[in-house]
Amino acid sequence: MENTIKEIRDRIVGGQSSAVHELKAALERAKKADSYNAVLSLIEKRSLERAVGIDKKIAQGQSVGRLAGVPFLTKDNFLTFDSTTTAASKILGNFKAPLQATAIEKLEAEGAICIGKTNLDAFAHGGSTENSAYGVTKNAYDTTRVAGGSSGGSAVAVALDIVPFALGSDTGGSIRQPASFNGVVGLKPTFGAVSRFGVVAMASSTDCIGPITKTVEDAQLIMDIISGKDDRDSTTLPDFFDNDKTPKKKYKLGVVKECFSDAVDQKVQKRVLDYIDTLKQNGHTVEEVSLPTLPYSLPIYYIVVPAEVSSNLARYDSVRYGVRQSNQSLGKLYETSRDKGFEAENKRRILIGTYVLSSGYYDAYYLQAQKARTLLIREFEAAFSDYDMLLSPTAPTTAFKIGENIKDPVKMYMSDIMTVAASLAGIPAISIPLKVEQKELPIGLQVMAPRMKDMELLEFSRLVESQGEHNG
Amino acid sequence: MKTSLRRYTIEYMTAISKDEVARLATLSNVGLDDAEIASLQKDLATILHYVDQLKELDTTGVEPTYDVHYQSNVTRQDVVSDKNLDKDVLLGLAPEVNNEQIKVPKVL
Repeated sequence: MENTIKEIRDRIVGGQSSAVHELKAALERAKKADSYNAVLSLIEKRSLERAVGIDKKIAQGQSVGRLAGVPFLTKDNFLTFDSTTTAASKILGNFKAPLQATAIEKLEAEGAICIGKTNLDAFAHGGSTENSAYGVTKNAYDTTRVAGGSSGGSAVAVALDIVPFALGSDTGGSIRQPASFNGVVGLKPTFGAVSRFGVVAMASSTDCIGPITKTVEDAQLIMDIISGKDDRDSTTLPDFFDNDKTPKKKYKLGVVKECFSDAVDQKVQKRVLDYIDTLKQNGHTVEEVSLPTLPYSLPIYYIVVPAEVSSNLARYDSVRYGVRQSNQSLGKLYETSRDKGFEAENKRRILIGTYVLSSGYYDAYYLQAQKARTLLIREFEAAFSDYDMLLSPTAPTTAFKIGENIKDPVKMYMSDIMTVAASLAGIPAISIPLKVEQKELPIGLQVMAPRMKDMELLEFSRLVESQGEHNG
Repeated sequence: MKTSLRRYTIEYMTAISKDEVARLATLSNVGLDDAEIASLQKDLATILHYVDQLKELDTTGVEPTYDVHYQSNVTRQDVVSDKNLDKDVLLGLAPEVNNEQIKVPKVL
């Protein structure tokens, strides 16, 4: 593995390479991988200016950041300078952000270079990156299969080694599931750990942003840099991410019973259970734990999240920005711009959200879902009083074929069956790629930890990685 | 897992009417043609049938969770921030501008 973040940064600062050289190489790789449709746009001018600036600083012996010259990509729902931020939608097709996301600013402050934007399901609504207004992103291992979603572009870009890390967002599994489908590491931090300022909002009570990387160590480094309180995002927690914890030697691990039902592919179950056996053999305590409300987490999610989506997408009215379709009347302006500007899945979610929040239905749906959410959170708390980490497969299947699930919305939603629970509870969760036979599709192990135990989660994940089960 | 082996058949189309779909579209300001309304009627019925299983849960006496941090309103001093965006930059984003104002069709 010659291309970890640290390796790239060290050879730039050490003089064996340069920021400009690494940038040009990354841009080249991005262009060569065009057929995957993972990258929506490249930011060539600004990234070159920044790379030149970093090389100059190094030449002058000035101190440069921990990510000096390291190229990265970000999901196109992150606002960035000198580029479009489309959220893979038509209505934002021409939108050039006047500000940058806090996460981008923090990475740039450490010298990292954003080389472009990656594809996603439009407005992050989806689990396959088939809902993009700009085409499907293909899986890094099999181009007849989906990249997963909604951060499909970011996951594929890292899997193809275009860049050592990419940013994604995860509302119900959108970092973890595509990471699992492409054999890379994907971390969803604790809700509130990382500022969402400058990221297109989907569901404000579960949205998290996080890194997609090749190694857990790289995810840890990025997490250390992007996390922290931000006055511009009032849901951020006071700084708690402490990069200096000592890992435990032996862990108490709970295997979530409800994540090994007949809804989960046999091959996936077997691979994950085989690995969990290895953990047992290595001396960790491994026991089955039941979370009876977990099977309801998907219906809870598909009430709560569309409700929040219907509110968050109300701002896309083509008045102040975006693509306007009509000036016939104010009503036509709203209706046509939104009809033409949103994809089918966006409309499904807006309408479901409007329905469950409307008078007469609010109590039966939205209120009931948020109460059920409390039950789920309590079950997690109870489980974490007995176990350090909870384990499950990340997704019920490996990457499915392009077009396979697109006709049935609920079948598509099932792909999130194991990931939404952690989102609803606001707890950190990671997908770690397990080693699979050559020609086999990637399978991810999901590990969940209590709220604000992101560091502990990463330390345990490094243990999993170091035991050689990581698809390296 | 309860969520596994359900079949979604055409009978659920009656669970939500075309009129209701049209009403939701009006409420959310999304203009839909007849074909879209028909398609969304089918999709919404499928989704609503799926989420209906939440009725099985007994949530008597349980408080809803809207925010996992259980935060109260976060406030700051009412002081103009120094991180302002340039007016011209913002106006440059608007589809139609006239005399430093964003132009829209008349409201009334």
